[in-house]
Amino acid sequence: MIRFLLKGLIRDSSRSRLPIIVVATGVALTVLMHAYITGLMGDTIDVNARFFTGHLKVMTRAYAENADQVPNDLALTDAGLLLDTLKNEFSGIQWSPRIHFGGLLDVPDENGETRSQGPVIGMGVDLLDKGSAEVKRLNLDRSLVRGSLPLSPGQALITEAFSRKLDVNPGDTVTLISSGMNGSMVFYNFVISGTVSIGYEALDRGAMFADIGDVRMALNMENAAGEITGFFNDGYYDDDRAVADAAKFNKLHESEKGEFVPTMVSLGQQANMSLYVSMSKYWSTYVASIFVFAMSLVLWNAGLLGGLRRYGEIGIRLAMGEEKGHVYRSMIYESVMIGIAGSVAGTAVGLFFAYLIQRHGINISGMMQGSSAMLPSVIRARISGVDLYLGFIPGLLSTVIGTMLSGIGIYKRQTASLFKELEA
Amino acid sequence: MKILLLSLLLVTGLTGFPQEDGNSVLKKVESNMSSDNRVFDATMIVHGLRNTRTMTLKTYSVGTKESFTEYLSPPRDHGTKMLKLENQLWIYSPTTDRIIQISGSLLRQSVMGSDLSYEDMMDDRKLTDVYNAVVEENETIDGRNTVILKLTATVTDIAYFTQRLWVDTERYIPLKEEFYAKSGQLLKRTTLSDVKKIEGRWFPTKVVYKDMLKQGDGTEFIFNKVSFNQKIPEYIFTKAALKQ
Repeated sequence: MIRFLLKGLIRDSSRSRLPIIVVATGVALTVLMHAYITGLMGDTIDVNARFFTGHLKVMTRAYAENADQVPNDLALTDAGLLLDTLKNEFSGIQWSPRIHFGGLLDVPDENGETRSQGPVIGMGVDLLDKGSAEVKRLNLDRSLVRGSLPLSPGQALITEAFSRKLDVNPGDTVTLISSGMNGSMVFYNFVISGTVSIGYEALDRGAMFADIGDVRMALNMENAAGEITGFFNDGYYDDDRAVADAAKFNKLHESEKGEFVPTMVSLGQQANMSLYVSMSKYWSTYVASIFVFAMSLVLWNAGLLGGLRRYGEIGIRLAMGEEKGHVYRSMIYESVMIGIAGSVAGTAVGLFFAYLIQRHGINISGMMQGSSAMLPSVIRARISGVDLYLGFIPGLLSTVIGTMLSGIGIYKRQTASLFKELEA
Repeated sequence: MKILLLSLLLVTGLTGFPQEDGNSVLKKVESNMSSDNRVFDATMIVHGLRNTRTMTLKTYSVGTKESFTEYLSPPRDHGTKMLKLENQLWIYSPTTDRIIQISGSLLRQSVMGSDLSYEDMMDDRKLTDVYNAVVEENETIDGRNTVILKLTATVTDIAYFTQRLWVDTERYIPLKEEFYAKSGQLLKRTTLSDVKKIEGRWFPTKVVYKDMLKQGDGTEFIFNKVSFNQKIPEYIFTKAALKQ
């Protein structure tokens, strides 16, 4: 029977062409949209994790409450001891102390007077320890534009755009003016070892990266750290695992009183990241549901149109004694075939365009000028295994549902009036 | 500068409490600052959230327009110098061997982690030029009769829209000051005590500053040695002196 129906669909292309085009279009859009959003969400979560949130983060309770203000006066003290504890108690996670800071970068002229100055956001991370994963994690080696990574204490990287703005080059000395751990204004000289282009407008506008040892010296934060960030060994964020680890750590410290007691938060529990994490979790369902609903309406209409066009055929089949249920089922079988054909075609088309966006990206740097959001300047789609079958869900469901809705009319046909209708 | 200004009042021993209006009381308070110059050694104790830090410093000043401060201890801050000339402020940091001009948003930063901001140091206009004073009521502080002056700004470019001064009605020095934003929020409070007669002037030798928006127990500023109308070499008030 399936072969019979398939032949009918192929030979009578007017019966299958429009539904297949509609299904393929919807499926292509579903696949493309999913890959695009996956890429955008994935990049956003990934970059925020690498630069700011980690997969997990340990801070003092007071620091966590005002984390967006980077209150280093509320930083963790005895960070080395806490780091060792974390390494022992949470295996499978790479822990790294970090200090975020803000301030001004001041460039002197030959007389030591200010030649240029600009606001800077900075990160003190472990750059000089050969076993440190921070250089790779922040992609600093691949982002290098001029000069080299810091090789000795007292050196720092700044972003290329910032170096152009301040008119400084590798080898030049700059002075960081910032606020120390005790709240006083601090000054510290750095030699620019190189410049980097991170690819994120919010950072490229004015950022510096220095070894955490230097930043501790600069900000009077001996053995302190604003935060200790943790990254799962496999490099991928697992929200359920992160939430469980954070709960486990916090339970150990829940009886301790005071605002300087350490607390652990997952990426999804920080700032605005919960929205991204939720969206990345449920996005596939959202996209598929929207397209199933929209395309079901379209295909219902297409089915009704087909039903009208095939009014005579169905009438003859019923007049010849074919059961209504059989006719209804055969039309559903047809819709399954159309759904499969449309889904295959749509998935192929969707993957093709998603591949183009994944490879070449969409440059939105023009829209990001002045933005403080940590979004990539070039948005790239990301094709995942889900994209290979996701389109089949709306593709099949919508055609079947559309046919089921429009096919209800079959049961409303009266056998007694069939010949009259056919004569007409 | 208002806070420092008022904390450094020089008192001429005026006696009696006339039924004066607020502006004339304020004028008398200001007249107590009229020494040509002053030199003092002081100890600044910052009671932070986590620890207490003690610094010693020496300051030379001429009127309210020029001042030069050198931090003598602790070792971390030793050699840090600040120079104020009119409305400009420079800091010399020995660790960087740089002279940095403090301007713009940097002026809102804390002075050496204390409850004072650089902005507080910079406004050197006379109180009578920028505020209208009204007598509110009388109050006794530590056994001293005071009159409370409410100062309301008459200019817009000012850090504190209103101030309250508890002025000793005998010595014409403030014993307490409160600084408010235009919204009415209390921003800073200063209490002045240990008033001593130095070279014929009443002088509060201990000032406690409290930034009400900042955690911690405030900053004590203790004048260990104060001299008035000294001969201060002119080179002190030059940028060249910062690196010496």
